[in-house]
Amino acid sequence: MTTTTDTTAPRTLAEKVWDDHLVRRGGPGQPDLLYIDLHLLHEVTSPQAFEGLRLAGRGLRRTDLTIATEDHNTPTENIFSTIADETSRKQIETLRRNCEEFGVRLHSLGDAEQGIVHVVGPQLGLTQPGMTVVCGDSHTSTHGAFGALAFGIGTSEVEHVMATQTLPLAPFKTMAITVEGTLKPGVTSKDIILAVIARIGTGGGQGYVLEYRGSAIRSLSMEARMTMCNMSIEAGARAGMIAPDQTTLDYVQGRPHAPQGEDWDAAVAYWRTLHTDEGAEFDREVVIDADELEPFVTWGTNPGQGVPLSRAVPDPEEAEGEDAQDAARRALQYMGLEAGTPMKQIPVDIVFLGSCTNSRIEDLRAAAEILRGRSKAENVRMMVVPGSAKVRLQAEAEGLDRVFTDFGADWRFAGCSMCLGMNPDQLAPGERCASTSNRNFEGRQGKGGRTHLVSPVVAAATAVRGTLSAPSDLEPVG
Amino acid sequence: MEKFATHTGVGAPLKHSNVDTDQIIPAVYLKRITKTGFDDALFAGWRKDPEFVLNREPYRNASVLVAGSDFGTGSSREHAVWALRDYGFTAVISSRFGDIFRGNAGKQGLLAAQVEQSDVELLWKLMAEQPGVELTVDLESRTVSCGAVTVPFQIDDYTRWRLMEGLDDIGLTLQHEEDVEAYEQRRPGFKPTTLPART
Repeated sequence: MTTTTDTTAPRTLAEKVWDDHLVRRGGPGQPDLLYIDLHLLHEVTSPQAFEGLRLAGRGLRRTDLTIATEDHNTPTENIFSTIADETSRKQIETLRRNCEEFGVRLHSLGDAEQGIVHVVGPQLGLTQPGMTVVCGDSHTSTHGAFGALAFGIGTSEVEHVMATQTLPLAPFKTMAITVEGTLKPGVTSKDIILAVIARIGTGGGQGYVLEYRGSAIRSLSMEARMTMCNMSIEAGARAGMIAPDQTTLDYVQGRPHAPQGEDWDAAVAYWRTLHTDEGAEFDREVVIDADELEPFVTWGTNPGQGVPLSRAVPDPEEAEGEDAQDAARRALQYMGLEAGTPMKQIPVDIVFLGSCTNSRIEDLRAAAEILRGRSKAENVRMMVVPGSAKVRLQAEAEGLDRVFTDFGADWRFAGCSMCLGMNPDQLAPGERCASTSNRNFEGRQGKGGRTHLVSPVVAAATAVRGTLSAPSDLEPVG
Repeated sequence: MEKFATHTGVGAPLKHSNVDTDQIIPAVYLKRITKTGFDDALFAGWRKDPEFVLNREPYRNASVLVAGSDFGTGSSREHAVWALRDYGFTAVISSRFGDIFRGNAGKQGLLAAQVEQSDVELLWKLMAEQPGVELTVDLESRTVSCGAVTVPFQIDDYTRWRLMEGLDDIGLTLQHEEDVEAYEQRRPGFKPTTLPART
């Protein structure tokens, strides 16, 4: 990324946002110091940071730019009873005590604004174009959908932001991911991002900020854009961004923390400047043809190990290089799969619809649309976990909860849930899950659990048929 | 943070690529609210296997981990660094690290040394020929040595300087308090605040 102060030369979106947050430019070999507009907290990565402040006798500099929610550990049923797991309960109680002591706004379990931190920020209108947003969570890249520079940080950095509202950062490189064309019915932004990761690999984005652009991206809703930016980290990138446009403005306007009156006008005037200039250069460019894309699914144990759903489990011997072959063999062994098996013949035990990737109202609507009037495969259990209490209330207002429960799915309260299994929502060893979440790592959803990453509509079709399926595989509702 | 200059210890080969932070420390161990005591959680999913490298002599007391490419990808959990450190590792060597992991390591005095993949394979070969052989990582010269073989590693200048001086980032930033205040003065008024809460 730029290290010049020349703001008249053509710049990328990421460079503009970077430049606008420079507190202090570092010397040669030194990081720049950037101001942070919004710091999101949750119970897992914050306790040691609060403790660090306390030990050093430091305060939290900007409580008015900080907000906390409970999400990773929270149960998704019986939320008004005491949390049974003692260590989970203690971690949540610690967050409550810390927020009280340092004056941080907290949305606790049972609160109407509680939910997954990356669902709550945009929903409240706190995530806006051109901001810097950080959180002790790698999926902070989600907020880049608004044209914000948003990335995950470790607990030492959480403490640093608490104490100073800044972060020392080494410049990133920039990569354009251009997606032109029109998506076929049943193909979603989840399929685009899974295809991108399969193309560039789980390390392909390392050191880069990705900018998603092109006609297929412009036509996506804000929630679909969030799904894409969310998974930028799975390509190794710290952040993903999409330039704000009318879709972005329409989403932000009227939300509780959106600018109002003259502030709105001033903000919009600024936001309109947030796009990559004609002639600006990216360090790398990747082009994807949207017309060619199909529903995508993972077969292995990292998000880059994916194929179109219409294909078969690939042969490890055909992977490029000894390292990739070895990784593929290990993955198939863990996943209990054989090369050559058509993906659509793989039966699943559980379908999980949720996580910061795909738990927003549009995701629930898209899945419900497929489930309505159909019945669940007997061998499958389905769990629907809305991303926030607000999403849950909205879904109930639209009657989606009844579609899910009539179908035979569990309708749960908001949280991270089975995406990482820190609460009781876990896979048993050997159980196979079609999951709308973001990581198919070994043991991620429960020790010995096997994960296939899918879009919400593929998750729904899979729950109907009992094997990995696309919506187009379903019989019309008669 | 203690100053880091050079370290010599037994090397352990971890011959997998894409060792994500969920493998380094599974999420169930993240419920603790302390910053230490994670040694039992390191590679917990694999430690049950008696054949796992750290369960075998002479690797139980290894302090230099030589891993496949893309080590530390995925989740931002700094617990991954705490677990490696608590187990006794002082340095991790790989041809590519997850960005967040590498940043976290630098803040906790764990050296993340990036070497060419061919050099990772060379080190694996030397460790296979002489199990339990000691490796020396030298931050001053940015090299890893094993017997007569020395290979270079990469680390950014700033992290190297901070590790060698044992400096804490927050203390360094607080020296620029005036710059932070000046930035806050010129920050646009339309930027949102979380307080007072609006819902």
